[in-house]
Amino acid sequence: MRFVSIYKLSPDRFAAPASEAEMTAMGRLIGEMQAAGVLIDTGGTAPTDVSLRVRRAGSQTTVTDGPFTESKEVIGGYAVLDVQSKDEAILWTRRFLDCAGDGVVELMEVTSGP
Amino acid sequence: MSTLETHHTLDALWRIESPKLIAGLSRMVRDVGLAEELAQDAFVSALVQWPESGIPRNPGAWLMAVAKRRAIDRFRREGVLGLKHQEIAREMLLHDDGEPAVDALVDDIGDDLLRLIFIACHPVLSTEARVALTLRLLGGLSTIEIARAFLVSESVVAQRIVRAKRTLAEARVPFEVPNASERAARLSSVLGVLYLIFNEGYAATAGDDVLRPALCEDALRLGRVLAQLVPNDSEVHALVALMEIQASRSMARVGPSGEPILLLEQDRGKWDQLLIRRGLIALERAELLGGALGPYALQAAIAACHARAHTAGQTDWTRIAALYDALAQVLPSPVVQLNRAVAVGMAYGAAAGLELVDALTSEPSLKGYHLLPSVRGDLLEKLSRFNEAGAEFERAAALAQNVRDRTLMRERAARCTRR
Repeated sequence: MRFVSIYKLSPDRFAAPASEAEMTAMGRLIGEMQAAGVLIDTGGTAPTDVSLRVRRAGSQTTVTDGPFTESKEVIGGYAVLDVQSKDEAILWTRRFLDCAGDGVVELMEVTSGP
Repeated sequence: MSTLETHHTLDALWRIESPKLIAGLSRMVRDVGLAEELAQDAFVSALVQWPESGIPRNPGAWLMAVAKRRAIDRFRREGVLGLKHQEIAREMLLHDDGEPAVDALVDDIGDDLLRLIFIACHPVLSTEARVALTLRLLGGLSTIEIARAFLVSESVVAQRIVRAKRTLAEARVPFEVPNASERAARLSSVLGVLYLIFNEGYAATAGDDVLRPALCEDALRLGRVLAQLVPNDSEVHALVALMEIQASRSMARVGPSGEPILLLEQDRGKWDQLLIRRGLIALERAELLGGALGPYALQAAIAACHARAHTAGQTDWTRIAALYDALAQVLPSPVVQLNRAVAVGMAYGAAAGLELVDALTSEPSLKGYHLLPSVRGDLLEKLSRFNEAGAEFERAAALAQNVRDRTLMRERAARCTRR
């Protein structure tokens, strides 16, 4: 089964640069998850001000430019996981948070894959 | 944490950690069966302790430490802690004092996993035993899961596994990566086992399910693992490419009531673009390593032709026919010839395809193969020879082992007789 994982963290933490040790630990985990055939796609949010909201209400589409300073959480990145169970997704997410630190991961099963 | 939660966590953890655990322990105790037992014991300890203590920060390292201690206890108890085992015990204790050593061991774990894969797919074992052992030791599947996937009884699988372990012990198969002279043949056995598992899931040979997706996932995952362990072997990447691209179609190849949908009639919007992309990258890697003409690379290249075509009409059949020509050279089998005939029929007209199929009708190995009359019927139908086509589809229906395939063939036969 496939999960999409969205990592959210506070704007303060997002703005603070990761230490070298944190980067190394995260790099190692990503390598391990790729080697295990679990992590099939991932990306981190680019540290730019380019963010948009595109909203549809009725026939009206509105585009709002960010940054959205009122947000309590910003999306730090995403991952696509091919796992055998929900529990496996949770285990990898624990490992991810061990490296990423405080924040929230939303896991959603998506219909795709083998 | 409740006992039930611990149970769920450990089930998932077994899938992730047990191959590494069994691999590492196999190197130390030189016995795959014993290694598996020790790994299981460690999980039992976790089941007892974790509801109290919570999940340790590095569960894999925790389990390995417990398993090693168990191994030493066991050797002591049995009084076999001789010189050789003292060495092993020293090695075990060396990395036994916590987490930092784990990082240093990452590379070793890769080597151990590779050794375990080669052992599970060792030529002294029957193909069935290789499949069962691979799923059990490397896929982390339980005996019952393997039995369900292969539609055999649990005791059959259990016996297969017991016998396989005994065979390995009796043959004194060393826990080593094969040397250069036999490496290619041994790797080809590993790839064969993975692809067999994949195909068992992808095109179930019996029963009324066309797809047993869990097996595809297991095979694909093991393929990805293997590709990381032997990054310079083109055929490994090629097999991964083939599996990724084939798996990309799994949502599209079965209709709402479970009926199979042929490749050219599939809704390509349902193809998984992420898997296609991964497949194309893996194929490119195989080709860059100089393996474009390997049997898996050619099959992956054919699959890639379909994956790249946005509509069925855009399929590059001339290229596919040429790839099948090359495949028939390296993998001379009647089934490949039959597929080649299909491609030639698409590229150069049904008459040209039929000529090639007719040459195969006397082929003994295709005698019970339902796709032969199915392909022949298809070509005849295109040539408006409906009576002959209908008869071929009837024959195909009679030979089909899968309920869904049989229904599809009957429908096509009925359509021909109405013409």
